[in-house]
Amino acid sequence: MTAALRQDQSPVAEAAPAPLVTVENLTVSFKGGDGVIKAVNGVDFTLERGKVLTILGESGSGKSVTLKAMMRLHPPRKTSYTGRIAIGGREILSLSDRELGQVRGSVVSMIFQEPMLAFDPVYTIGQQIAETVVRHEGVSRQAADKRALELLEMVQIPSAARRLKAYPHEMSGGMRQRAMIALALSCRPDLLLADEPTTALDATVQMQVLILLRQLQREMGMAVIFVTHDMGVAAEIADEVAVMYAGRFIETGPVGDVIGRRLHPYTEGLLASTVHGAQRGQRLETIAGAPPNLAKLPSGCAFAPRCRYVEPRCRETEVPLFHPKPDHAARCLRIDR
Amino acid sequence: MESKAQPLLLVKDLKKYFPILGGVLNRKVATVQAVDEVSFEVAKGETLGVVGESGCGKSTTARLLMRLIEPDEGAVIFDGEGVGEQHGLSVRDMRRNMQMVFQDSYASLNPRLTIEESIAFGPKVHGVSGKVARERARALLAKVGLDPNLFVRRYPHELSGGQRQRVNIARALALEPRLVIFDEAVSALDKSVEAQVLNLLNDLKREMNLTYIFISHDLNVVQYISDRVLVMYLGKVVETGTVEAIYGDPRHPYTRALLASMPSMDPGNRTTAPALTGDPPNPINPPSGCRFRTRCAFAEEICASTEPRLEMIHPAERHAAACHMEIAGSGHSKAMATSPPKAPPQPQHMGVVA
Amino acid sequence: MAETTLPGLVPDVPIASRGYWSSVFRRLSGDWTTILCLVVLLIIILSAVFAPWIAPADPYKTSVIRRLKDIGTPGFPLGTDELGRDMLSRLIHGGRLSLVMGITPVINALIIGSFLGIVAGFVGGKINMVIMRTVDVFYAFPSVLLAIAISGALGAGLVNSIVSLTIVFIPPITRVAESVTTSVRNLDFVEAARASGAGGFTIIRVHVLGNVLGPVFVFATGLISVSIILASGLSFLGLGVRPPEPEWGLMLNTLRQSIYVNPWVCALPGVMIFITSICFNLMSDGLRSAMDVRA
Repeated sequence: MTAALRQDQSPVAEAAPAPLVTVENLTVSFKGGDGVIKAVNGVDFTLERGKVLTILGESGSGKSVTLKAMMRLHPPRKTSYTGRIAIGGREILSLSDRELGQVRGSVVSMIFQEPMLAFDPVYTIGQQIAETVVRHEGVSRQAADKRALELLEMVQIPSAARRLKAYPHEMSGGMRQRAMIALALSCRPDLLLADEPTTALDATVQMQVLILLRQLQREMGMAVIFVTHDMGVAAEIADEVAVMYAGRFIETGPVGDVIGRRLHPYTEGLLASTVHGAQRGQRLETIAGAPPNLAKLPSGCAFAPRCRYVEPRCRETEVPLFHPKPDHAARCLRIDR
Repeated sequence: MESKAQPLLLVKDLKKYFPILGGVLNRKVATVQAVDEVSFEVAKGETLGVVGESGCGKSTTARLLMRLIEPDEGAVIFDGEGVGEQHGLSVRDMRRNMQMVFQDSYASLNPRLTIEESIAFGPKVHGVSGKVARERARALLAKVGLDPNLFVRRYPHELSGGQRQRVNIARALALEPRLVIFDEAVSALDKSVEAQVLNLLNDLKREMNLTYIFISHDLNVVQYISDRVLVMYLGKVVETGTVEAIYGDPRHPYTRALLASMPSMDPGNRTTAPALTGDPPNPINPPSGCRFRTRCAFAEEICASTEPRLEMIHPAERHAAACHMEIAGSGHSKAMATSPPKAPPQPQHMGVVA
Repeated sequence: MAETTLPGLVPDVPIASRGYWSSVFRRLSGDWTTILCLVVLLIIILSAVFAPWIAPADPYKTSVIRRLKDIGTPGFPLGTDELGRDMLSRLIHGGRLSLVMGITPVINALIIGSFLGIVAGFVGGKINMVIMRTVDVFYAFPSVLLAIAISGALGAGLVNSIVSLTIVFIPPITRVAESVTTSVRNLDFVEAARASGAGGFTIIRVHVLGNVLGPVFVFATGLISVSIILASGLSFLGLGVRPPEPEWGLMLNTLRQSIYVNPWVCALPGVMIFITSICFNLMSDGLRSAMDVRA
């Protein structure tokens, strides 16, 4: 499986400068009351500066676990990682806790689905942003306050000066999400991790935040890893898409190819079952069944039990990543003929 | 869809204001106008989709219909009988005919009861014997696609989200209702599971002659499943009509903005400018006149001073919108001026006197 | 139609169905701290129940010559007290009164407090206000002072101290029952039950009780340790049982004067109180996490 991946890195990696993010054979497992849960089972990817990678998957696919692993945010005592994560030349999995604290916020930062979790309810938005700036950049309080104001203006919060003095609960959902983006960008990170940041928002607000994120990403030249379950959101923001299932990337490629020329039956099913009005009166195509239990994964292809094209050989060996095109790959034996 | 037939549900001027209590003496300090003069009807066998953003009153409307909250004003007429009225339908009987499926599949099942007990609870309340109720529960489980032999003795925490929502649907159907309200019932499900449940809803509707009210913030899902659509904004109905009319020829600027905010699914043709700026305003003390005017690109003076009524645009499509631009002679510059415009008010006069 | 929806079923790996209580039990069986506490408590309770048959000597038999013997004295494995009585026998017998005084008030308060709390939480409005404000009045006093004051007013004795402790524990249990009921009442499944036309009494019986009693029970288990300490305190102050009855708190009181002569022996009743109450406490923590279905 790894052999197949190595091929794809070789031609590009030699010419271009080293990518910002390199993840090799990452696995994450949790010890729980019911045994070991293998949430991520061998993920490889690279991400260049200024690109947006969207990890698309359903609940339990391991997409958020992968994202949190990029900052080692899982509870250390219950989690074990193997493989390699390198961000801007730093080996995340072997950093000490202190070094990790420095990387968080300044090199990598994160935004969440629920902004209330990112803010401390007893401090104002302005205080919290300024505090982060002071801690990471060691500037004076005045300079930090000024930067906080600039940041709120950058995320297009109306009457920003007044909002600096607001407490998190005094803001509406969309404003809080913008404030959290400002907090995450306060130290100009190279990599922004976004965990379904628009899922809880209303339709009209979701689009505003997506457009804002895209614009900021382009202006600041950051790389973004954006996790979502929504194909439509992915189409709006991604450069590259990785479709995740049972802890593995089962299809990766440029967003247009993954949506337009999908290779994997799961991606196909996901697209077919994404409801849109044109299907009125027709039966929706569905993927039968539910995602597998991560405590006892089936052997071979994890999607085999739900796949309409399943063959006996699918259940026998692990399916490698096949590359019909250099940048578009999928784990499905049907590509191999 | 024959307009002459008696509608299954007729809602007239439904209104609910929630007081906000505060201060030492718990006195009313403000009111949330959660649902304000909402009227609509649902024909037999039809699916009415209700869309809107958070705080628009769609969930409150559902709870008012079920009488989980007492309405302040308004009438609900179920199949010709007024609900909770003197000679009408009692609330208890209404609840046998009208059932509801909630968004949170986990919270809406009692964690201490088995699936079978949860489904059989409703019929037992209405005097069905335990044995018959359990048989009915098993039959319904099979009907919603869950093998009764595997599921009757399970507890909610042992099921996946999709399975739990199927159980909730079975529970709602256990009383053999004629109308089922789905309050964001598929919103929390994964896309592939959502499609399965939508197929199930269509099958059940056909098989059991049901009528649906389908509340959702997901415009794609509403377009797929509904016959007619009701668009709500801050407690008011702003536009209603057939799916074809609402999605093909939206008239209210809010409906247009909502539709424009749907992701395109085409990476080559991304949305570049947001259709609306800002968040939906707080339903406490909403704007005067038209409630959408604070976010509307076409707002004029008339929008702040006068509340637009729901104006029929296309009777065949039962398409109506509450916007001054659609009301002939309303005084809005974009409105058709069929009736002669009234003489404009002359406030400058006052200035001279002062 | 059945065929078309059934494919959704196929890969749903059937999990062996277990009931709620069996899954609680399964979690408990993996929790060594809780099991250890249960074993210790079981030993203490059984030895208290069978005290007359287990105790090696008569707990009331005094002797002037063998007062305050050390732990490990032949024939007196835990030494003797200030009147020369066998400590081991007295500790075993003392468990009877101490446990009765610790557990009975909590059981009484559990019954009364859950009733008040569930009614207050479910009915709400004025009734809630009357019940909860009354409870708040009791809450205003520290529990130790309240217990002493009531016991003082009623007079010393076993029954009176149980009554006073019951009164002390009703307010906290009522509060917990009320807050749990209020949160359960607002859950969708209670709304759904109302929407199916069920009346208040049926909803309480089927949907509220089961979900409220669990957490309240766990909370009450935690109170047993407080109750044992308070009961011992009352006896220590002379408001509980009277000498020569063996009771841990009272023993601690009478041995107090001899603390410089033989500190180890004098500390033994305190050690028993400590072990029992900490076991009840840890057990209630274990129960709480085992009963949390979502985790």
